[in-house]
Order: sequence, then structure tokens, then C-alpha cells
Amino acid sequence: MDLTPLQEAVASARTVVAVGARTQWRIGEPVAPDAAVVRAPAGVVRHEPADMTVTVGAGTPFGDLDRVLAAAGQECPLDPADPRATVGGVLAAGLSGLRRLRLGPLRDLVLEVRVVLGDGRVVKGGGPTVKNVTGYDLPRLYVGSLGTLGVLAQVTLRCRPRPTVSRWCRAPEPPPAGTRPSAVLWDGERVQVCFEGVRADVDAQCRGLPEIDGPVLPAGAHRGRISVPPGAVRPLAASLAALRGLRWCAQLGVGTVHVATDDVPALVAAREAAHAHGGWLLCEQGAPGLPAFGRPLPNAALMRRVKDAFDPDGKFAPGRLPLAGAPAAGARA
Amino acid sequence: MLGTANATAEPLELALYARDAGVAEGHAVAVCWPATGAQLAAAVRVARAHGRPFVVRGSGTGLAGGATPLGDPVVIVTTRLDRILEVDARSRVAWVEPGVLNLDLSRAVRHLGLHYAPDPSSQQACTIGGNVGTNAGGPHCLAYGVTSAHVLAVEVVLPDGEVALLGGLAPDEPGYDLRGCFVGSEGTMGAATRIAVRLTPDPPEVATMLCAFASVEDAAATVSETIASGVLPAALEMMDAPITRAVEDFVGAGYPRDAQAVLLVEVDGLPAGVAEQAAQVEAIARAHGATAVRTAADEAERALLWKGRKSAFGAIARIAPDYYLHDAVVPRTRLVEVLGEIARIAAAHRLLVMNVFHAGDGNLHPLIVFDGREPGTWQRVRAAGTAILEACLDAGGVLTGEHGVGVEKRDLMPRLFGPDDLDAQARLRDAFDPDGAANPMKVLPRGSRCGELQRVPEGTWI
Ligand SMILES: Cc1cc2nc3c(=O)[nH]c(=O)nc-3n(C[C@H](O)[C@H](O)[C@H](O)COP(=O)(O)OP(=O)(O)OC[C@H]3O[C@@H](n4cnc5c(N)ncnc54)[C@H](O)[C@@H]3O)c2cc1C
Repeated sequence: MDLTPLQEAVASARTVVAVGARTQWRIGEPVAPDAAVVRAPAGVVRHEPADMTVTVGAGTPFGDLDRVLAAAGQECPLDPADPRATVGGVLAAGLSGLRRLRLGPLRDLVLEVRVVLGDGRVVKGGGPTVKNVTGYDLPRLYVGSLGTLGVLAQVTLRCRPRPTVSRWCRAPEPPPAGTRPSAVLWDGERVQVCFEGVRADVDAQCRGLPEIDGPVLPAGAHRGRISVPPGAVRPLAASLAALRGLRWCAQLGVGTVHVATDDVPALVAAREAAHAHGGWLLCEQGAPGLPAFGRPLPNAALMRRVKDAFDPDGKFAPGRLPLAGAPAAGARA
Repeated sequence: MLGTANATAEPLELALYARDAGVAEGHAVAVCWPATGAQLAAAVRVARAHGRPFVVRGSGTGLAGGATPLGDPVVIVTTRLDRILEVDARSRVAWVEPGVLNLDLSRAVRHLGLHYAPDPSSQQACTIGGNVGTNAGGPHCLAYGVTSAHVLAVEVVLPDGEVALLGGLAPDEPGYDLRGCFVGSEGTMGAATRIAVRLTPDPPEVATMLCAFASVEDAAATVSETIASGVLPAALEMMDAPITRAVEDFVGAGYPRDAQAVLLVEVDGLPAGVAEQAAQVEAIARAHGATAVRTAADEAERALLWKGRKSAFGAIARIAPDYYLHDAVVPRTRLVEVLGEIARIAAAHRLLVMNVFHAGDGNLHPLIVFDGREPGTWQRVRAAGTAILEACLDAGGVLTGEHGVGVEKRDLMPRLFGPDDLDAQARLRDAFDPDGAANPMKVLPRGSRCGELQRVPEGTWI
């Protein structure tokens, strides 16, 4: 895959912001408006079905990747809400999908990254095999880095067999121990649950439960995502239920709670509840002017040193992450 | 600060900490055994105040020289930090101190129907802190993921003596995944003092199968095709004839003595899926000429089959005075050809190589057995080792799948990474440890970043 146009675009700009499909553009603080827009190349470079790995340009829309993998009976559970989201964008935003309960977080899917740094150099981290501890774990560092450490240009991902049956059901309560749901969503009244696997197992787990087309998440002009320790979901839910105009739905066993509302103060109140239960509320949509994170980032000084190590001139996505200290323009040659 | 009972500079005692289970030897100026996280942090600060680097060490079962003291450091041993602090069965999380032994954690939560999934073969002896240091793997990491997938948070003493909590129990913590950077950093980014790990529910149904083959090629082809067919076993281990016989003599696990290779395959999950996958594996094995396929009838038989696999290294120790255990990964589609190449390399160097490894994820462990007292043998062992690693890299593989780089493979890093790649890694390390005080001279070769001169210690084969 030819990365030179991207390398040149990055090297020649003063500040840079990598753009995918803008489906998760609200994640993080706004980027300085004068940053030059760059895009990673799109396309599947190599799919090794027998090795269950795939290498793609980071600009590849998830839907395109999914089609290629589906043709071989495989999948890569990046699971963005909108299939137009690019692979690089999903990874940079770092928010795992609804099936995290069974399939794990995004960060465990990335085997190798190729990243363009500020002077246009391409740096490789990780490796193409499914198991690897050779050197420091750059792939994990880039997941959730919101484009602030360089531009993800090409990535190698772990694939898995696509389940023969995947079914969402409505249930009166969470499934019992001994079942293996991929997702359990709870809004205080109803449960939506996803079972996957071979037909007989899915049938057995779904027995008596009405099937639904797919999960329904709360809608509203202003949306956020709360993260709390999984054990704090129920006490948090009690606080959220008391908030007028707030709709919410929790991923049980994970600790993610999706919230939505039509008035910003309800989102602010939900954020306070999240803080009270040891968590966060990340703005995902709307809520103009509301800080993206709502609390200082943990270990901000160490994060600042990492940022300076990879982006000494403060070139990438200026403003996106509120880190301690001044942008280190020219801190390191 | 620690008291004399908890620290020593006696030469005889220092000598015990000059190496880990690998071959590289170093030298410590002092060794200490803190009993609390605060004492560990104090030890780091004392070392730094005296201008000394520090090396944190668990059980010393590492095979890459990760815990070998280079640069005259203070060695900080975590074995007294061995408390399981908290088990939350509902949230499936445990907080442990770094010196807790891997298997002790699984034992402690067994009655809850839970276990700690990463299960290195050394799990009776190695610590969770050491596992975090090396990002350890094990047979069941094929389906469940290696250590990094099971560590939610780490409290660390950074090299400047400050304490930080990296990661957390809440998902998707904002900012950089510092937890992810720390896991597998081999003690070069600081010392873990408390670790939150994910506990995994025991599977409702398990099938453990032993497949015997008349050739290594047939077994390897079975592995490749199993993965390609869309079966995702919980574990898929391979043993060749010399290992199989040695294990059988040692523990009597019921392995067939006449097989040229055996596969130990485990599938788990819900009943129908397990039945379907087990049938698929058996069909693939038979299509590749399996001479026998046996499924463990009960838990006792299953445990015995696994005991055989996990005793492999003990069995070797009985038949050869010395062995050198390698660790590399190749794409799973290349197993047949790489195993053939390894056999050719061993023959060319007049050495016996045995194979017992995590075949399902392509993680090879060629084991060279020899008698180091014979003159010239070590040179041949080193030359063969290098040739084996080169063959793995040529097949699109990587230098290490679970043992780490340490000092053993440090100087081979440029075979896999270019100067810019190594520079980026050095910058990440510097962000954690600007003075190079944590486990110096490990992982990255000299010159990765305008580096200082590093001496290759005696006894390393590279
Ligand atoms: C017979 C045998 C079989 C083995 N099988 C496997 C296997 O199947 N899979 C596998 O992955 N490994 C295996 N190993 C290798 C070894 O057991 C692992 O690397 C293990 O993780 C090391 O744990 P330890 O407690 O002995 O750590 P040590 O050897 O003491 O240290 C290992 C590294 O971790 C660092 N470290 C230790 N404690 C901490 C801490 N608290 N904070 C930060 N860093 C720390 C050290 O500095 C060092 O770099 C095997 C070894 C033997 C001898």
C-alpha cells in the first residue's frame, strides 16, 4: 500500500488532523480549526483466511472490511454503530462495540500498526502474527489515542470465525449463569440480549424469548457514554432513573452505559452521577460546549510525556486531548 | 528502610540472583524483598538516591534474561508480596499483589467456578507480576488471549519512585492505554505493586482430545486446517515423538509411544458447539492420517492429559544435562514448512531438537537438548538457535511469542524493526523512564536512541 501521499501531506503541514468518516467526530475536545485534514488510504491489503488475519488501510470503511471477511466466513468485531466508520477512526476513538462482553475490547484486536509521524516517517509497531511480545506494545498505545500520536495508516487485525447464528432477543431479566451471551443490555425495565454460536446452542439459550431485529439504544439530540466498574452499574442506574428526560441503557457485565437526552442539563446530571460512582461520561453527540471528558485525564503528566515523545511539535490533532502542561512545540528534535 | 532482614549485599546471596532461568548472567549490588507496596516504592527510591538502577524480579523463571541484573542494579524481589487482596466474584475481578503465583490465584477462585485464564507451563512457579512483565501466554491463551487481555489495571512504582494507577475497572478509560504499554514491558517501565485481573468463568462443557500421527507433517497440517476451517479451540498443543516418549516415561499420561507427533486439542463452550467442533477436529485429524483420536472420558483423564503437557520440561531435565528453549511465532499456515526447516537446521548442526509448543497460534518452542560439557557444543547450540530464529523470521514470523526479548533477543531486534521503529519504541520507554533506571540494557539494542554503550554479557549466545 502506497503511503507516500499521506506521508507528504503530513510532513508538509504545520498541524494535522486525520479524518475518517466523521461518525465519531464528537469524541474528544474540538481540534483547532486550522489543522490540515489528511486521510489514510482505504482498501484491504491482504486477508489471510487460513491465518485469521487481515491487513487494511486505516481509511477502509468498516462495512467494506466486513464484506470481505464475511465472504470467508470470518469477522473482525470492531462493531462501530455506523458501518461507514473507518477502521482507523474506530481504533483511534477506541470505543468498543456492543459485543464486548464475549468478544473483548477493541485494543485486543490490533496486531500491527503502521503510523505516519510528524516528519513523514512511517513507524511500525507490533507484528503480523496472532501472538507476539517482540518489543513495546505500540498497537495498544494507538487504540484510543484520538489521532494525537500520529496518523494510523495501515493496520493488521485479528479475525475470528463468524458465528453461524447471531440472534437478539428481548428478555424479562438477564440470562442465567451457564449461558454465554455476547451482549446484555438493560434499561431498568427490559433486557435485550444477543446470543451467538451454533444453532442448537442459540436456540437453547433463546427458548421462550421473543426475537427482535436488533438492539435499540437510547436516542436523543445529546448522547454520551458512561464508563463505570461493572459492579457499579446497578447503583448508578438508580441515580440515572431519577433524572428527568434521560434515557439510558447499560451493557451489563461491561460497565458501559449509553445515555441520551434532548436537554443538556440532564447529560450534565448524568455525568455527575457517573463521577459519583467512580466513572466517566464521554460526550458522543451534540451537547455543544460541554467538555468532552468532564474530568482531568488520569496520569496526565505521564500521558503528556508520551505525547511529546511521539509528537514533539504538537502537530497532531491539537486540542483533542486535554493533557497537563503546554504543547511542547519543539521540545524534542 | 527495609531492615537488614529484608535486604542483603552478601556475595553468596547476590550470586543466587545473577540470572533467571535463561542463560545470561549479570551481577546485582544488593537484593531486597519488600513486603508491602510502600516498601517496594521505598526500595526504588533508595536505589535511585544511590545512583543505582533497579531490576524487579518475580520467581526468576523468565527465559530471556529479563530479570538478569545488568548495570550493577539493586534487585527487588516480589515474592513476599504474595497476597490476594480482593476477589469480586460478581464483577469477576481480583486484585492481587505481584508475587502471587499464577496457579495459586486459579486455585483460590476455583470454588467460585472461576479461573485466571493465562496458564503458562510454569504456572506453579511464576508470579502474576512476572506474567505482567513478560505478557505471558499459555495453552489456553489461544481462545482467551494472553496476559494483556486479562489485566484491567496495574498500580506501578514508576522509575522516579512515584506511584501511579494505570488503567482501571471501568471500560474505555479516556486517554492513552498506559496499562497496555506497561504489560509486557519486562520491568523497564517500573514495578507493578498491585494488579487487577479479570477472572474467567469455567466453561460449561469441555472436550479434550489426544490425536496421534505417524508424522510431524500430518500433525502440523491438521493444525493449519483446523484454524482455517473456522474452529477456534480453547487450546491446541503439539508434541513430537522425542517429547512424547520422554513425557510418557516421566508421568505416564497415556500418550502413545509409537506416535511421531501428538496434538492435544481442547474445545470448550456450550454443549452443541463443543460437540460440533470436536467432531470437526476429529474429521480433520483423520483426513490427515491420524492413527488414533481419543477424547478424555472424565475430568481425571483430562487432567492427566494436561499433566503430560505441563510436565514436558521436567521430563527433559531428566534425560539431558542441558537444554535451550526457544520461542518464536510463525503464521499458522507455515507450520509444516518451518518445522521441516528446524529439523534440517538441527541435523546440520548435529543437535537433537524436540518440539512441544502452542501450535494453535503458531508459537513454536524448539528445544535443543545437549550436553554442554562436550567441547564446542555451546557454539553449535547458539548457531543453530540463530538459524532457527532466522528461519522463523523468513517465514513472516516474529522473534518471541511469550518469553520476551530481555537480553537474549535484544540484539536481534533490528531484524524485525527498522531504525525508526526502534526509535519510536525507545521514545515510549523514555517517557516512562527518562533516566534509564528501570532494568537497563534490556529489550532495545544499543543505539536505538543515541544510546549509551552496552556490553553483551558473558554467556549470551547472540
Ligand atoms: C519450564 C518453564 C516453562 C515456561 N512456560 C512458559 C509458558 O508456557 N508461557 C510463558 O509465557 N512463559 C513461560 N515460561 C517463562 C516464564 O515462566 C514467564 O516468562 C513468567 O511470566 C515469568 O514470571 P516470573 O515470576 O518468574 O518473572 P521473572 O522471571 O522474575 O521476571 C520476568 C520479567 O518480568 C519483570 N517483572 C517481574 N516482576 C515484575 C513486576 N512486579 N512489575 C514489573 N515487571 C516485573 C522482570 O523484570 C523480568 O523482566 C516458562 C519458563 C519455564 C522455566
